[in-house]
Amino acid sequence: MSDVPVLRIEGLEAKVAESELGILNGLDLQIGKGEIHAIMGPNGSGKSTLAKVLAGHPGYEVTSGTVTFRGEDLLTLEADERSLAGVFLAFQYPVEIAGVSIANFLRTAVQAHLPEGEELDIFDFSDILTERMAMLDMDVTFAERHVNDGFSGGEKKRNEILQMAMLKPKLAVMDETDSGLDIDALKIVADGVNKLLAEDPDMSVLLITHYQRLLDYIKPHHVHVMVDGRIVESGGPEVALELEANGYRTYETIEPSANGSAPVA
Amino acid sequence: MPVNETVGDLNLDEYKYDFITTSEPVFRAQKGLSEEVVRQISAHKDEPEWMLDFRLKALKVYESKPMPKWGGDLDGLEAVLDEIYFYVRPQDQMERSWDDVPDEIKNTFEKLGIPEAERKVLAGVGAQYESEMVYHSLREEWQKQGVIFDSIEDGLKNHPELFREHFGTIIPTGDNKFSAMNSAVWSGGSFVYVPKGVSLDTPLQAYFRVNQERMGQFERTLIIIDEGAQAHYIEGCTAPVYSTESFHSGVIEIIVKDNARFRYTTIQNWSNNMYNLVTQRAIVGAGGHMEWLDGNLGSKLTMKYPSCYLMGEGAHGEILSIAYSGDGQHQDTGGKVVHVAPYTTSSIVSKSISKGTGRSTYRGLCKVHEGAHHARSNVECDALLINDTSRTDTYPYIEIEESDASVGHEASVSKIGEEQLFYLTSRGIRADEAMAMIVRGFIEPIAKQLPLEYAVELNRLIEMEMEGSVG
Ligand SMILES: Nc1ncnc2c1ncn2[C@@H]1O[C@H](COP(=O)(O)OP(=O)(O)O)[C@@H](O)[C@H]1O
Ligand SMILES: [Mg+2]
Repeated sequence: MSDVPVLRIEGLEAKVAESELGILNGLDLQIGKGEIHAIMGPNGSGKSTLAKVLAGHPGYEVTSGTVTFRGEDLLTLEADERSLAGVFLAFQYPVEIAGVSIANFLRTAVQAHLPEGEELDIFDFSDILTERMAMLDMDVTFAERHVNDGFSGGEKKRNEILQMAMLKPKLAVMDETDSGLDIDALKIVADGVNKLLAEDPDMSVLLITHYQRLLDYIKPHHVHVMVDGRIVESGGPEVALELEANGYRTYETIEPSANGSAPVA
Repeated sequence: MPVNETVGDLNLDEYKYDFITTSEPVFRAQKGLSEEVVRQISAHKDEPEWMLDFRLKALKVYESKPMPKWGGDLDGLEAVLDEIYFYVRPQDQMERSWDDVPDEIKNTFEKLGIPEAERKVLAGVGAQYESEMVYHSLREEWQKQGVIFDSIEDGLKNHPELFREHFGTIIPTGDNKFSAMNSAVWSGGSFVYVPKGVSLDTPLQAYFRVNQERMGQFERTLIIIDEGAQAHYIEGCTAPVYSTESFHSGVIEIIVKDNARFRYTTIQNWSNNMYNLVTQRAIVGAGGHMEWLDGNLGSKLTMKYPSCYLMGEGAHGEILSIAYSGDGQHQDTGGKVVHVAPYTTSSIVSKSISKGTGRSTYRGLCKVHEGAHHARSNVECDALLINDTSRTDTYPYIEIEESDASVGHEASVSKIGEEQLFYLTSRGIRADEAMAMIVRGFIEPIAKQLPLEYAVELNRLIEMEMEGSVG
């Protein structure tokens, strides 16, 4: 059983729905239980698209390839079903929901994750929420604010991690959670993720980031480079350090090989 | 007596209170509207001569006025009116205590959740069944304070001078075709008087429903809030589904005297075949404060524009409204504020939701008369469209005769966005639940002003309406 990867992506091709615009062009990726992977890549290489395709965004259409999550076909599930199955996406651009409080939103989401017929105990929920907010250095009054309405960039990102902490996914995809955070906020967010990892060592994480900076705080086991909708290189943490030093320019002229990975010059 | 009922299975587009309770009306006038019917109503109510004259004059005005050519589609209405009973009375007696209310009628209220949800909280309950008050009680201390909370019929009988002084003064018979019709055949409604300086903490609530096929309901309410007094009146109503068209046309007159404060809250959830044409207006004296909180759900067509006439210096008027239009429904609603005196202020906040082939129209008037210097008014109307087939229009009329006035108007139209839905569903929330959540968030600024039980009820209705809205 332990050999079955949490996530296995093979030859994934996806385009913008109702358009011919292909974004993912034969992507392969495998993530094992408890592993932390990082994907780095230039702007526009398709990182967010990959994240959204994994979470089931209806605006993209998978045209080829397979995605298996804990042994099951992920692509046949709706977005809400994927969440219930244990996939979580921390959004690069969290969405504003006017008039809906964070507490109400989270209560509904946590309730949805309970087995059929089980009622969320409101006091338990409230205790857990308070504790999780403290962990992320958030004021309790935050729970009464409307979801992402007038939030600063940092507040939005912290709110994403709060949701993750409440829903306890098997696979957390974090799309540029570090961008827009100052160093203090970055540490708080990274601390939060590390605590969740300590609580559940089986949780797998896919970090999408631009910068090495985040990887100083959340240490990846594997680093992948994505260009033009494919993984063009995979390796250990050293890949990120090389990128930091040399930038992505090296990859731009390289035609990737058929298996999706290319040698580094 | 046997009780026949068909309880709807609370599904999408099924009407929530889709049940019918049989009851034998004691008296029912013939179908359609005629002088004879008007005379019968008046005689049956044992009214003074002046009221019969008032009704008969109103009938003439009604007959002389053409159907309005603006607003919603009234083409099918004439035929409907020929088939309506303009007066039905379920009981001969007014009930004083809950125990005396016949079981069958209690049954109807039970299904509306009145006994549990309302009775204990209610200080005075005026529950209108068919055309008349059935159950009516007033908390003792209010009686001691001189507060009157009666059926409109009792108001006329027991307080003839106060009644006659104010009745028909705020909305003249000839105001519009339907106010004229109501003036001719009115039956049922509330009469409220709150004396000078008396402040009521608990809202006065009236519950009524239409429960007779092809029966029009012509409720008439007159409320007088004397100087420096404060009160809140709440009215919620629901109607069962029938196959034929139905009709409701109310007239609500409110007088808020100097430095008094009053809020009138209505949540109306009519069945899908109802024409709902209501005229409601308040005049506000110096330093007075009037709020309309108006929720319109259901009906085939609703035309309703609560208005505030700000007559005294510093008077304030506020209109908060929520309209929900489902498939085939049209909510033509909004508000009117008329600034007559200096330093008067007003605000209109209107939120509409249209689903399926539903249509919402905002129609508003802000008028500042010459001499109403330093008047300020702000209008905000937001429309939310659920489907591509849903429709919304905005008609804000602004007439300003005073250079020293400030009037603002903002309007927005939004569609439930794919990104919002994805965000919520990616947290495990079902798509229809996510829709309902977005809609509830949209009306939250108004819903939070409602008493808790009404807010809960409104949320439930919206949830039900959103079922099956995705796909
Ligand atoms: N819904 C969409 N419609 C049109 N173009 C899109 C859409 N989504 C993504 N793209 C395009 O696809 C490319 C990859 O976008 P994205 O996945 O956001 O990249 P990254 O996250 O790596 O910066 C970009 O050129 C972007 O403009
Ligand atoms: Mg991105």
